[in-house]
Amino acid sequence: MAESVISVKDVKIRYRFLKKVSLIKSMFSLKKMNKAEYFEAVKGVSFEVEKGQILGIVGKNGSGKSTLLRAIAGIFCPDEGTIDLHGHNVSLLSIGVGFKAPLTGRENVYLSGMLLGFTKQQIDQKLDEIIEFSELGKFIDRPVKTYSSGMYSKLAFSITAILETEIMLIDEVLSVGDAKFRKKSYDKMKSLIDDRDRTVIIVSHNTETLKSLCDNILWIHDGEMKMMGTTEEVLPKYIEFMS
Amino acid sequence: MKRFFKDIKKFWNFVVYSSNAELKSEVAGSFLSWLWWFLDPLLFMMVYSFIAILIFQSGEPHFPVFVFLGMNCWQFFSKTVKSSVRLIVGNKAIVTKVYIPKHMLILEKLGVYGFKMFVSFGLTAVFLIGEAILNAIWGIGEPVVIGFEILWVIPLIALLFLVTFAASLFMSHFGVFVEDLTNIITVVLQLGFYVSGVFYSLENRLQRVDMAVPFFEKLTIFESYNEFWRFVGELLTNVNPLALIMSDMRYAVLGNGSGFHFVAYAVWFVLAAIISVIGIRVIYKFENSYVKII
Repeated sequence: MAESVISVKDVKIRYRFLKKVSLIKSMFSLKKMNKAEYFEAVKGVSFEVEKGQILGIVGKNGSGKSTLLRAIAGIFCPDEGTIDLHGHNVSLLSIGVGFKAPLTGRENVYLSGMLLGFTKQQIDQKLDEIIEFSELGKFIDRPVKTYSSGMYSKLAFSITAILETEIMLIDEVLSVGDAKFRKKSYDKMKSLIDDRDRTVIIVSHNTETLKSLCDNILWIHDGEMKMMGTTEEVLPKYIEFMS
Repeated sequence: MKRFFKDIKKFWNFVVYSSNAELKSEVAGSFLSWLWWFLDPLLFMMVYSFIAILIFQSGEPHFPVFVFLGMNCWQFFSKTVKSSVRLIVGNKAIVTKVYIPKHMLILEKLGVYGFKMFVSFGLTAVFLIGEAILNAIWGIGEPVVIGFEILWVIPLIALLFLVTFAASLFMSHFGVFVEDLTNIITVVLQLGFYVSGVFYSLENRLQRVDMAVPFFEKLTIFESYNEFWRFVGELLTNVNPLALIMSDMRYAVLGNGSGFHFVAYAVWFVLAAIISVIGIRVIYKFENSYVKII
């Protein structure tokens, strides 16, 4: 039996509709402050992902895909249920990890790496490769606040792509930097996904990409699991439903 | 709480590296900017000395050291608490992309401002040595006699960290939801600065007051107005943890004041620990919502 890498059991994630308030404004407002309302974005989803599997998650906008992905990445804690990664480390490849703007690119590589669960020694070993892949050269020792948006994205992608985690979560397939870097980053991502030791979950609206990359598809509709199975089984039904 | 200590263990390297990097980035920002770590407390000490001695015609023995001790504690507390208000919103780029227990961001700030406070304490030690040298060679002033009481500074600093952590937890939580909290906190901290006795001794100042008190005849436990005001001074020191820390620190180093407030210290330590536990739980409970709001 294949080793289970991600176990999601009865996961429910609720948001409170909390708004920012101004104490001055509320002093002069006659309206009473409403009690916090709840919205259940994920309603009891359960599934398992085996080692080396590439799982695609589909669903219309607002169906809870990205919330579920963020919960697996650990950004949200589920309100109910459990997510067990069986001790594997995980990274979310979205628009990139966040940076501290006053710090240099090099310092941000270390901070991001540590947040992804790597030790300083592990980051030391990968540092040159990250700098080389990001094509930042001398800029790596300049504060990130001086970077262009392209440079920022290149560094963010390089960190998550080079500091390879056992589980990779991808929120929409990336297109980063200039045309040359876009090609390089796509190839890198493809090689990361193709590595059968790595477990990958991809959230995307692009059914063609999912068809070419994924073994299995999870279809989420209004926070609930509508269907899960092989790409050949689920994707045509999803396309039909959406059309 | 088990989760909190587990998180501290897991993210400790991040906290230390991040604090160091922030301090380094300040230094890298401009030429000789590290000098401001020394100049900042030194210049503020001079300003407060000028105001207290020349304008209000009041002072305390070993005034530069007296001001340094109060100011170091206050600056650490107020800067950490004020920066906590925008801490989660200011780190939006990180907290929406990767999980980090938000308490770690507060620990990082405690590290940054704690380092600066210890630099200022170093400067205080230099002033103490300077006073001793002036007295030994030229017979100027009175040297400070350092006794074993100085060791009490260590638990006082521990309480200062705990009180600051407790306050910062709630500031960082409410800072996500209340837009104008920074404005409110600025005013509250300004008030705190004046009532905590940063550049004067709360107890010494009030025990010299002989002002009449309405309905004094009903307060049978006091024999004089002076005694009443001394009691008020003592009370204000006990109910304000910052005033308590500053007062006891001055007693530990300079022998200034009426003595240590051991009971109040113990009460504040327990209270700050309880408030910290509540704050930690509140942040864990609401951290899902932070990501949606910021």
